[in-house]
Amino acid sequence: MLAGAGLAGDPQRSQGGGDLSIVNGFGEPVLRLPRSEYLKLIGHCYDGLPDEACGLLAGRLRPGALVPDGRVDVVFPTGNADASARTYSVDSRDLIRSLRAAESKGLELVGVFHSHTHTEAWPSPTDVRQALEPNWLYVIVSLKDGDPVLRSFRITDGNIQETQVVLES
Amino acid sequence: MPMPVEVRMPTILRPHVGGSPTVTAEGKTVGELFDGLVARYPGLKGQLVTESGDLHKFVNVYRNDDDIRYTGRLDTPVADNDVVSIIPAVAGG
Repeated sequence: MLAGAGLAGDPQRSQGGGDLSIVNGFGEPVLRLPRSEYLKLIGHCYDGLPDEACGLLAGRLRPGALVPDGRVDVVFPTGNADASARTYSVDSRDLIRSLRAAESKGLELVGVFHSHTHTEAWPSPTDVRQALEPNWLYVIVSLKDGDPVLRSFRITDGNIQETQVVLES
Repeated sequence: MPMPVEVRMPTILRPHVGGSPTVTAEGKTVGELFDGLVARYPGLKGQLVTESGDLHKFVNVYRNDDDIRYTGRLDTPVADNDVVSIIPAVAGG
């Protein structure tokens, strides 16, 4: 069983309880996602079916650091230029629009999300190979079962580190 | 003589240009700017343009926020005061 699996439908369950050795395996920062942005993100993943859907996450960095503080203030749904059920590429025009929109709110792009339509919410070899931002949060939503499963990772030099997910109001 | 154009480098390419977030280059098109940059910073070879001479799939390049894939690719003209931004593609599987 992969760490954090079984959080179907409500990532808030990852807080408290559970196996301490799994909780200790989580890295920083904790992804804190407003419920409204969570619903926008999940809705975009379903809208993208049968293809993978993707989008960008905007938030703030820790003071004096390049690492996000973990709070995602805005989710930007984007097109998947690959139009594929197996891969995604954030549409290049949506990418610059999202970047400028984030900047106009005083935010930075701090991560990306995409859906896995038929596999677990765990980074695929392609995800790991193409993860270029060691400080970003890489959020994956699995739609393979009845409820969506959302998990968050940092991917650094080919290493996968899961981060906890908390829904906020 | 063309005026220098500002080129904004993504974090991942900055080690190839001495760590600088922006560099300047001269040319009448984006392709000419990149030729000049690769001549000056050999580490950029293969990072921006493929061996067959097309824009690399894993970078997005914008002239003043316009994606050059829609404005003539590497033949996109540049003029004084234009800013060219290089942003890595965000992709996976």
